[in-house]
Amino acid sequence: MSTLFEGYSGTRHAYDEMFDAETLRAPYERLRTSLNDLTIPDLAARVEALQASYLDQGVTFDIGGEERAFPLDILPRVIEMDTWSGIERGVQQRVAALEAFLADVYDAGQVFADGVIPRRVIVTSSHYHRQAAGVRPPNGVRVHVSGIDLVRDDEGEFRVLEDNVRVPSGVSYVMTNRRAISSALPEPFADHRIRPVAGYPQRLLAALRASAPAGVQDPTVVVLTPGVYNGAYFEHALLARTMGIELVEGRDLECRRGRVMMRTTKGLAQVHVIYRRVDDEFIDPVHFRADSMLGCPGLIDAARAGNVTIANAIGNGVADDKLVYTYMPDLIRYYLGEEPVLKNVDTWRVGDADAREEVLDRLDELVLKPVDGSGGKGIVIGPRATPAELVELRTKILADPRSWIAQPVVQLSTVPTYVDGKFGPRHVDLRPFAVNDGQRVWVLPGGLTRVALAEGELIVNSSRGGGSKDTWVLAGTGRVAPHVEPEPAEPVAPTPTAPQTTGPALTDTGSGQEQQQQQQQGAARC
Amino acid sequence: MLSRIAESMFWIGRYVERAEDTARILDVQTQLILEESGIDERETCRMLMSIMGADLEPEDEVDVTTVLRQLAYNPDSPTSIATALGAARESARRARETLSVPMWEAINTTYRAIPSGQFRATRPPMVFQWVRERAALINGTADATMTRDEGWQFLMLGRCIERADMTSRLVATAAVSTGSPWTSTLRACGAYEAFLRTYRGLETDRAAAEFLLLDRLFPRSVVFSLNRAEQCVDNLESQGQRAGFQNEAQRLLGRTRAELEYRSLSDVLADLPHEMERLQRTCALATDAITRRYFAGAESLTWQGVLA
Repeated sequence: MSTLFEGYSGTRHAYDEMFDAETLRAPYERLRTSLNDLTIPDLAARVEALQASYLDQGVTFDIGGEERAFPLDILPRVIEMDTWSGIERGVQQRVAALEAFLADVYDAGQVFADGVIPRRVIVTSSHYHRQAAGVRPPNGVRVHVSGIDLVRDDEGEFRVLEDNVRVPSGVSYVMTNRRAISSALPEPFADHRIRPVAGYPQRLLAALRASAPAGVQDPTVVVLTPGVYNGAYFEHALLARTMGIELVEGRDLECRRGRVMMRTTKGLAQVHVIYRRVDDEFIDPVHFRADSMLGCPGLIDAARAGNVTIANAIGNGVADDKLVYTYMPDLIRYYLGEEPVLKNVDTWRVGDADAREEVLDRLDELVLKPVDGSGGKGIVIGPRATPAELVELRTKILADPRSWIAQPVVQLSTVPTYVDGKFGPRHVDLRPFAVNDGQRVWVLPGGLTRVALAEGELIVNSSRGGGSKDTWVLAGTGRVAPHVEPEPAEPVAPTPTAPQTTGPALTDTGSGQEQQQQQQQGAARC
Repeated sequence: MLSRIAESMFWIGRYVERAEDTARILDVQTQLILEESGIDERETCRMLMSIMGADLEPEDEVDVTTVLRQLAYNPDSPTSIATALGAARESARRARETLSVPMWEAINTTYRAIPSGQFRATRPPMVFQWVRERAALINGTADATMTRDEGWQFLMLGRCIERADMTSRLVATAAVSTGSPWTSTLRACGAYEAFLRTYRGLETDRAAAEFLLLDRLFPRSVVFSLNRAEQCVDNLESQGQRAGFQNEAQRLLGRTRAELEYRSLSDVLADLPHEMERLQRTCALATDAITRRYFAGAESLTWQGVLA
């Protein structure tokens, strides 16, 4: 056995993806063989180079205004072709159902009439927006990009943990992780046939162009960011750069006569599709928060008039509501007439009286989650909570049971992770990204594997100190699936001794705006 | 191109150039203070601070340490190299999607020396050399990887305006220095050999000033920089005008360049510090004009009729 993994053993309850008790699992055989030549010092040097390269490249995210390198573990996670095709089908199915559901919710509401899900579940959701009712997206797509979070349970089965169809983030790290690992571990990389991830921006651009308002031959697509103080700014910039399109802030936009224009050096230019990374509540002060400095007044009206497409659509958040999540298996059956490929994690609706009783009895053994939370916010893990915390939780639940769901503690699977000079088991999840262009839902092979760097920790969010792994989806023996002809990216439009003139860069952002940029990261942080 | 991005590009050009030129100026002056025993350190330092636009109270004690802190190391001082590098990086971060990856990395790794403490720990002559090298790397990477589109024109415009401004400060410091500052000033500009070849070894203060102000072929001279800046604005205003200049920046830059070129050198040299102040004022006004014209996004609007 390679010295690298000597003494490695998984945790007792969780499924370890590399080792089954003492033996190596099949997908990792080749990886271990090719790592055999490396010693721990070799590896340590490469780990160091890896971290330095992320700082130099500025592959970072912000926590409370502090810019940090996004942690990347050196050992990739490997997923076999067959396992992946199951995930792929499951995600495609899920997205199809979510699209049908959102279209229904903001239109006829047939699903309520048929009694599949109560209407009150929707209208009491904090992410349901009447402003979106009746807006019909040009090619019918509302979920242009989605990130369906999966975990692998103690049996090794992938299950859906939550749906992110507002502004799922993290895809930039999938792309940068791949490049970083291929240069950190060129030998193992060469020994594998790994499905590429670099085609994502072209897929996304093609989907965004396909969603342009009818009759626009050569649409202008932009990415809308809250600004440099937003935690995911790195990602926004990377997507805009790799798609070859403009990255705009709200103040670069202006609505005139129901059209959205951007301010350029040559005057105003019309925008047709906005891939927005600004939350609903901040996007249009006319309809939402009047104090928002991040959006652009009039955007929603322009969308309603059919002059601009907002991707993802306004109001998608209802589908992210964890109470709606509990209905997803039924919704898949209802809209698609199929059985779900990927199961949910077992979940109690605390709002239901029977369930509530059981949940309250077993608070100390369950995980309690607020239905509109994200980024691991507000989650209470029963077995780890103090009695005082449980009492407080009970009070909160009784005050507002609609806002909670409960799940058994899922022992997320583990993958060997390099911490403090050796490999130890750390829990991981997986966020595959899917792009819907209206014809087909395409799933990026791999997705973002997030890893909890503290031993035994189950919350993997980077806002809680989580890291990531490169995720290798192995290709079959034939040719590596060629990616579809990418659509060409559109060309980008083209006092004397007194203090020196100083640029606006350091001073032009009021602290209010800075705060908003940071605050509005509620949705789908990774 | 988005107005905001154009503005960022312009300021990347300016800040990188400012960091480099500040290093060049400090390099000459600290050497002079060290080598020339006849120099009054405090007087020279005061003069240097005032020419660089640093705030100074009459009773402030100024020595080389203060100067280095204010103009080089202190990231909280608006006139320091550290601040200029930080601001260049902040502008680059805001325009990141339009920069090539090598360009961004060149700027970002330069900046990282500041929070990491490496910058503060590097001693004066080395730090000046390091700043020059980093600026050369950034400029070279830009030259080699950027398409000559609008973004490039704004970057160059910023660089040239800043260079004209800073060369004028360099000339002004030389003019008021005691001792024999011109040789060092030429060296700091990397102009010494070029100057010797041009003037066949005939070294006079007058010739040196002429070279730094008026030489049409030397890339750091004021006239050369103004010429380039004009060219950039010209390229940005692609629809050629038959008569006159509508663009205020163009008018300011062109007039100042012409004044320098057509007036007699003795005239200009008669009151060099004052002339140099005037030049710096022009650079500030031109920047204002460029800001209004391109970065506000509104003024450049022309009537396009009712949108269909």
